[in-house]
Amino acid sequence: MFSELQLGSSLILISFFAITIVIVDALFQKNKTVGFSYALFGFILTAVASAINLYQAPSLIIPLNSENLITKGMIVFGGYSSFFDILFCMGAILTMFASREYLKREYHEYTEFYSLLIFSVSGMMFIGHANNMLMIFVGIELMSIPFYILAGFIRTNFKSIEASLKYFLLGSFATGFLLYGIAMIYGATGSLGFTEISKSIASGINSTTILVIGIGLIIVGLSFKVAAFPFHQWAPDVYHGSPTIVTGFMSTAGKAAAILAFMIIARNLMPEKIVSGKFNFDTHTLQNIIAWISAGTMLVGNITALVQKNVKRMLAYSSVAHAGYLLMGIVANSQLGWQGITFYATAYLFMQIGAFVIVGLIERGEENNLNIEDYAGLSKSHPMLAAMMAMFMLSLAGIPPMAGFFGKYYLFAAAIKSGFTWLTIVAVIATIISMYFYISLIIQMYFKDRTEKELEIKTGLGLISLIICTIGVLLFGVFPSLLLDLTRQCFQLLG
Amino acid sequence: MLIEYVPLILMVIVGFVLAVVFLFAAEWLGARRTTREKQTTYESGMIPVGNARQRFSVKFYMVAVSFIVFDIEVVFLYPWATQLTTLGLTAFIAVIIFIVILFAGYFYELVKGGFNWD
Amino acid sequence: MSLTFIFFTVLAILAIASAIVTITARNPVISALSLVFHFFMLAGLYLTLNAQFIAAIQILVYAGAIMVLVIFVIMLLNLGDEEKLKEKFNLRKVIAVLLASVLIIQFFLIYLLTRSGKIEIAENTAKLSTVQSIGQVLFSEYLLPFEAIGLLLLAAIIGAIVLAKRKLT
Repeated sequence: MFSELQLGSSLILISFFAITIVIVDALFQKNKTVGFSYALFGFILTAVASAINLYQAPSLIIPLNSENLITKGMIVFGGYSSFFDILFCMGAILTMFASREYLKREYHEYTEFYSLLIFSVSGMMFIGHANNMLMIFVGIELMSIPFYILAGFIRTNFKSIEASLKYFLLGSFATGFLLYGIAMIYGATGSLGFTEISKSIASGINSTTILVIGIGLIIVGLSFKVAAFPFHQWAPDVYHGSPTIVTGFMSTAGKAAAILAFMIIARNLMPEKIVSGKFNFDTHTLQNIIAWISAGTMLVGNITALVQKNVKRMLAYSSVAHAGYLLMGIVANSQLGWQGITFYATAYLFMQIGAFVIVGLIERGEENNLNIEDYAGLSKSHPMLAAMMAMFMLSLAGIPPMAGFFGKYYLFAAAIKSGFTWLTIVAVIATIISMYFYISLIIQMYFKDRTEKELEIKTGLGLISLIICTIGVLLFGVFPSLLLDLTRQCFQLLG
Repeated sequence: MLIEYVPLILMVIVGFVLAVVFLFAAEWLGARRTTREKQTTYESGMIPVGNARQRFSVKFYMVAVSFIVFDIEVVFLYPWATQLTTLGLTAFIAVIIFIVILFAGYFYELVKGGFNWD
Repeated sequence: MSLTFIFFTVLAILAIASAIVTITARNPVISALSLVFHFFMLAGLYLTLNAQFIAAIQILVYAGAIMVLVIFVIMLLNLGDEEKLKEKFNLRKVIAVLLASVLIIQFFLIYLLTRSGKIEIAENTAKLSTVQSIGQVLFSEYLLPFEAIGLLLLAAIIGAIVLAKRKLT
């Protein structure tokens, strides 16, 4: 066994960097490079520490005799939690490389951007490690509050401020639902720890009333956080108004963290064996409810994305649809489903951040060069960028050699295996619908000529993140087993 | 168990009633001879110009937010202080870390001019 | 009828009344003040649940600090013309009311359908919610979330500077 300190090193590191970057920011106000490099160093170090943790503990460790630990069984180590740690750090690193040039162009290059990124990543990592309702709640808040601020980071842009305010108001409303739900579940099961909650659900409890209401409220709150169907209305506006770089980060790492929270909670609310007794809560009902949410999310997201003329808005709607695909893994409620989520979240991170980086490069000032026509003839003026964008689009659509295809494949397979064939049919239909708008962007880039003046694009450090995204999309597309073997172990339990 | 709070409730009620009584007593007992001059806003003898309602500066908001953050910090320390002797060293170190975290915030705000009235 | 019941009823009625005043008042300042009153009533309700510490915090943080912020925002916005706040009757509002009532009925139905046993109330609630026992649990079992909240507050400080400071260097 490894010590608690060793396995928790990623959390300790990210928290340390979160606290110290604030001081670094205060001390080196004039020199932006110091803050940038410090944050980058922090993310890389945390990612390395998480990778070491994953290597040491490829399966999940849930501390059993938690009384002697400092963390008191609040968090789990290794396994998927370490995997997602790396994923979140990766998302932040990609965002950071791209953000330098973008923020400079918008005249808002402040070190606070990087500190807020660290804070939100630390929140996401707390979600991934959580083994307690309270921990997951604090994690969600720690992730969301920097997001509210980041959404309004370009303070001179009214759209950005509007997005921030909308996100904040609706987000705190959803948080209220989540908190009510947690309180109800605590009332029903008498515990906040996931181990105890799932144990008492499996063995039957006295009152289902409170439990059912609690689960309902939690699903409402979490559906909001992942932007799932009836509660997705905020997403397009917020993703559209926020700075493009921030949107890329929020819609990938933020979405992955929210889905992870959903997965952890749902997984513990639907224990495999239920002793029939006084308790008459049927987990199939819950599965069916999430399945309907998932189906609605996929269809609504993709159909509304069809009519968008603005690329950023289109990607925002498509990100709603992708939340639907990810939810399929939760519906499956099996090892295969959770693996599918992990795989797809990884693939999605690379392709979506890549796409948003390119949108950020082409975008100019407030609301310029965001329309689909502005991408016409990109293949002639910037063949590299066009090729990358085309690849990300193909991956998002789920065309075979790309990582997005295998992600979808595993999720669909998991859903079928758990008996949700109808959901898979809906997902396939939604995917076919989505082809149209992804492909139409490629057609614009390759088969249309630009009528206006050529764009001057300065990639700067953003090129690094684009290259990493491209490698990620291709690597996991061509060799999906690399990732799949890793994720298989992630969900196995170790005492 | 609620009986323990009766003195508290009584105090709240007495306080409330007293405030109301004083307010209305002044209204009833005071002499009232209003003239046009008395009704106007007092501006050191000048004739008032413009609207008295002015937009507050956002600087006040900064002060309020900083106040709330550190207020909440103190709220967290209060339960710890009551149990200082029984909780032991782990909790002590944890609280020190907590204070250090927020001190970093204080330092940041100080350097960035969050407390300046510029 | 116990003392607790009378206490609860009076507080609950006053709390609901002040909440209604909060959302219907034209003048935002009256709205804010009745919200303060509402917070005080809630603090009283916490007392009926034996949660003394929460009641005290409710008054200290909500009725004190948070309301200062609310009043500041009202003054920042300088809503002189209260008539502007007057809302018009529209379809969206009708639907909102309908949906809200559906939700209430739904909760009630869930309650009726799944009423399968008694909800037990722990006997030692009065003891559990003293400042001492909260301190005992918060600084042993919930130590990690407590530290995470430290980070959360730090993020809030940065947020305040980023969003409200005039000149960022």
